[in-house]
Amino acid sequence: MKGENFVTTTVESLIGWARKYSIFQYPFVTACCGMEYMAAAASHFDIDRFGAGLTRFTPRQADVLFVVGTISHKLAPVLRRVYEQMTEPKWVVAFGTCTVTGGLYDNYATVQGIDAIIPVDIYIPGCPPRPETVLDALIKLQEKIRKEKQKWSLRK
Amino acid sequence: MEKMLLNIGPSHPAMHGTIQIKVELDGERIIKADVEIGYLHRGFEKTAEHRTYMQVIPYTDRLNYVSPLLNNLAYAMAVEKLLGIEVPPRAQWLRMIFGEISRITDHLTCIAPIGMELGAFTVFLYAIKAREYLWDVLDATTGARLTTSYIRIGGVRADVPENFEDLMKKALAETRKSVRDIHGLLSRNPIFLKRTRGIGVVSQEDALSYGFTGPVLRSTGYYYDVRKAFPYLYYDEIDFEVPLGERGDNYDRYMVRMKEIEQSMRIIEQAMEKMEKGPVRNEDEVVEAYEAIKAAQEGKYREGKLKLNPNLEGMEKEVYHLIMARVPRYILPPKEDLYRTMEGMIRHFKLIMSGHGLRPPAGEVYVPVEGGNGELGFYIVSDGTDRPYRVHLRAPVFSIMSALAEMIEGHYIADVVPTFASLNMIGGELDR
Amino acid sequence: MVLEEVEREFSLGKKDAADGIPTYYCPGENLFPLMEKLKKDFEVLLDITAVDYLGKKEKRFEVVYHLLSLSGKMRVRVKVEVGEGEKIATLSSLWKNANWLEREVYDMFGIEFEGHPDLRRILLYPEFEGHPLRKDYPLKKSQPRIKLLRPERK
Ligand code: SF4
Repeated sequence: MKGENFVTTTVESLIGWARKYSIFQYPFVTACCGMEYMAAAASHFDIDRFGAGLTRFTPRQADVLFVVGTISHKLAPVLRRVYEQMTEPKWVVAFGTCTVTGGLYDNYATVQGIDAIIPVDIYIPGCPPRPETVLDALIKLQEKIRKEKQKWSLRK
Repeated sequence: MEKMLLNIGPSHPAMHGTIQIKVELDGERIIKADVEIGYLHRGFEKTAEHRTYMQVIPYTDRLNYVSPLLNNLAYAMAVEKLLGIEVPPRAQWLRMIFGEISRITDHLTCIAPIGMELGAFTVFLYAIKAREYLWDVLDATTGARLTTSYIRIGGVRADVPENFEDLMKKALAETRKSVRDIHGLLSRNPIFLKRTRGIGVVSQEDALSYGFTGPVLRSTGYYYDVRKAFPYLYYDEIDFEVPLGERGDNYDRYMVRMKEIEQSMRIIEQAMEKMEKGPVRNEDEVVEAYEAIKAAQEGKYREGKLKLNPNLEGMEKEVYHLIMARVPRYILPPKEDLYRTMEGMIRHFKLIMSGHGLRPPAGEVYVPVEGGNGELGFYIVSDGTDRPYRVHLRAPVFSIMSALAEMIEGHYIADVVPTFASLNMIGGELDR
Repeated sequence: MVLEEVEREFSLGKKDAADGIPTYYCPGENLFPLMEKLKKDFEVLLDITAVDYLGKKEKRFEVVYHLLSLSGKMRVRVKVEVGEGEKIATLSSLWKNANWLEREVYDMFGIEFEGHPDLRRILLYPEFEGHPLRKDYPLKKSQPRIKLLRPERK
C-alpha cells in the first residue's frame, strides 16, 4: 500500500466522532435561561459552529435534550414524558442553576434539580449561564459522546 | 360534523414559554379554547415573604425576564415609598436609561418570535443581534447580561463605566439598523400582512374589561401609558410620544412595539444629554483592600484611594453619594468605609444580618411603572419587620393572557401562533 | 366624583395609605353593588389579591381590589375582610379579567367566590392539597406529581 493515504480506526471511534458533530437538539425552554439559549443559538455566538445548530422540535428526532429554565412540579410529568419519547442514544443537558439544583427557588413549587426526574449528563451552572459557558458545556458533552461506549448494531 | 380536540403545549415549538392551549376544532376552525397556565409557577410571592427586603431584588429580575430592570425599578420604588427615601438625580437618570434599554430588549424579544413563527427566521437573527449590543452596555455597567439586579433600594448599584457613551452610541446605532431591516422585511411584506392584519382583534371595550395595559391596550387606539398618566422618574421632563394603533390586531401590536423602540431610543438620547457628567475618577495613590483592613484592625486609618475588586467598579466612595440615597440607615455603606472604619462595618453587618436590616414602617403600597407589557405594579404589605409580610406583583400579562381564549375562538388554528406571539407571553411574569 | 357618592351611600370610612391611594374597607355583602357603582368611573380592574393575617386579625383574610380610572387618572383600593370558610361575591360579570384573578386568589388562599363560573385551580395542579400563600403552609412542602428518582431535600 505504498504511496496511499489511509486512516485506520475502530468502528467505535468512528461512530463516536460522527455522533459528536451531529447533535440534533431538542430545546425544552421554560424560563429566563431561554433568553441566553436564544443568544447562544443566534448569529452572535452561533452554536452551529460546533455542530449543534439543528434544533428538532420533536423529541423523537433529537439526540440531546436541553432543559432550559426552571422545572416546576406541575411541569415535571411533561419533562419526563418528553425524555421517554426520545430514542437511544440520548443525552441530557441541565441548563442553568434552576435545573441543576432548583437554584433560587427552594420552595414548594420547584423541582430541586431535574436529576430527580431524569438522568442528566452535563450540568451548566449560572443564572443564567453566559453563552460562552454554554459553548464550553457543549464541547464537554461532545468529548463525553466521543469517549463513550457507543451503542450500535447492524441488525435490527 | 365531527369535532376534534387538539392539545397545544405545554412543550411546543411555537409556544415559547410554557402554556397549554386545548382547542376544540371544527375542521380548521376553533370552536372553543381553554388556556391552562401555571407551568412556570415558581412560588415567588411565598418565597419573598421569607426573604429580607434586599434579598427580594434578585427574584424580581426573574419575573419578567426580558426586561428585568423594569421589575427591579418597580420593586425598588415600592420599597422606597414605604421607607420614604428620595433618590439622587443621577441615579434617577440612570434608572431611566437602563429601564428604557430594558424596554427595547423586551420589544425586540417579542418581535423576534413573531417573525420566526411566521417563517421569517432572519428577523429573529436581526433582533437578537441588536439585543446583543444593548446587553453589552448592560454588561459593562452592571456586570451581568440579563439578571442584573442593578436597581437597588435607594439608588442603583454602580455608576457607568468611562466608555459608556461610546458603547451606548454604538448600541443605539446597531439597534436602529436592525429596526430598519426588520421594517424592511416585515412591515409591508404581503405574507406577513395576510397573517397578521385583522387577526386576533380586540375591541377597546374588551381591552378595558380585560384590564389590558401597555402596548396591547395602545394597539386598540387607547391612550394610556403610566409614564404619561402618572409620571415617575423624570419622564415629565422628556419629550417622547406614545405610539397608538387603530384596530387592535396582531399587526398593530407589532407596529406599536416597533414604534416604541424608536421612542425609547429617543428617551435614552435625551436622558444622556440631560444627565450631568459623572466625576472623572482619579487614579492617584492606590491602596490594596487587605492593607486597609489590616490597618483598621490595628485601629488605624489608611489614607488613599482603595483598590476595589473589579466587580465593584463604579461603586467608589467618590461617586457613591451620586447613585445612592444618603440615608445610612437604609443603604449599604461604601466599601471604603466598610474596610476602614468600625461604623461602616457595623452598618453593613446590621443591614445584612437577619432580624435587623431594612425595616419599613407597617403599611402598604402599590407602586406601578410602565413595564414591557403594561402596568407592572408591586403591592407590598409591611408589618414593620425586616421581611415583607406580603409581596404581590400585578402582572400585566396575566390580564392579557386571560383574553387569549376569546381572541382565538372562531379563528383558524394557524392563527393561534401569530396571535400568541404578538401578546408577548412571559412565563415568569404570568405564573410568578 | 363617584368616590364621594359611594362614600355617602355605603357609609365607608376612608383610610389613606402610604402611597396616597384612597383605601376603603367594605363589608362583604356590599362589595358587588359598590363595585358596580365604582365601575362608572374606574374602568379597569387592575388586580385582585389577598393577604392572610393568620392570628393577627379577627377575620383571617383581606381581599384587596385595585381599580384604575383612566379618565380621572387615579386609582382606588377596596378591601374586604373575609373569615375562614366565608364566601364573597364574584366580580366576573363586571370585568372579564376578574375570572382569572379570582381563580388565582382561590388557588393561593382557598377563598371561594360565590357565583364564579369556573372556580378551579389556575397556577397549581388539581392534585395539589392546601393553599400555598396561607401563612400556615410551609414554604418547602412540595407535592410531586410523579415518583421522583431521588428525594428532593435531605
Ligand atoms: S437558572 Fe436563573 S436564569 Fe435560569 S431559569 Fe433559573 S432563575 Fe432563570
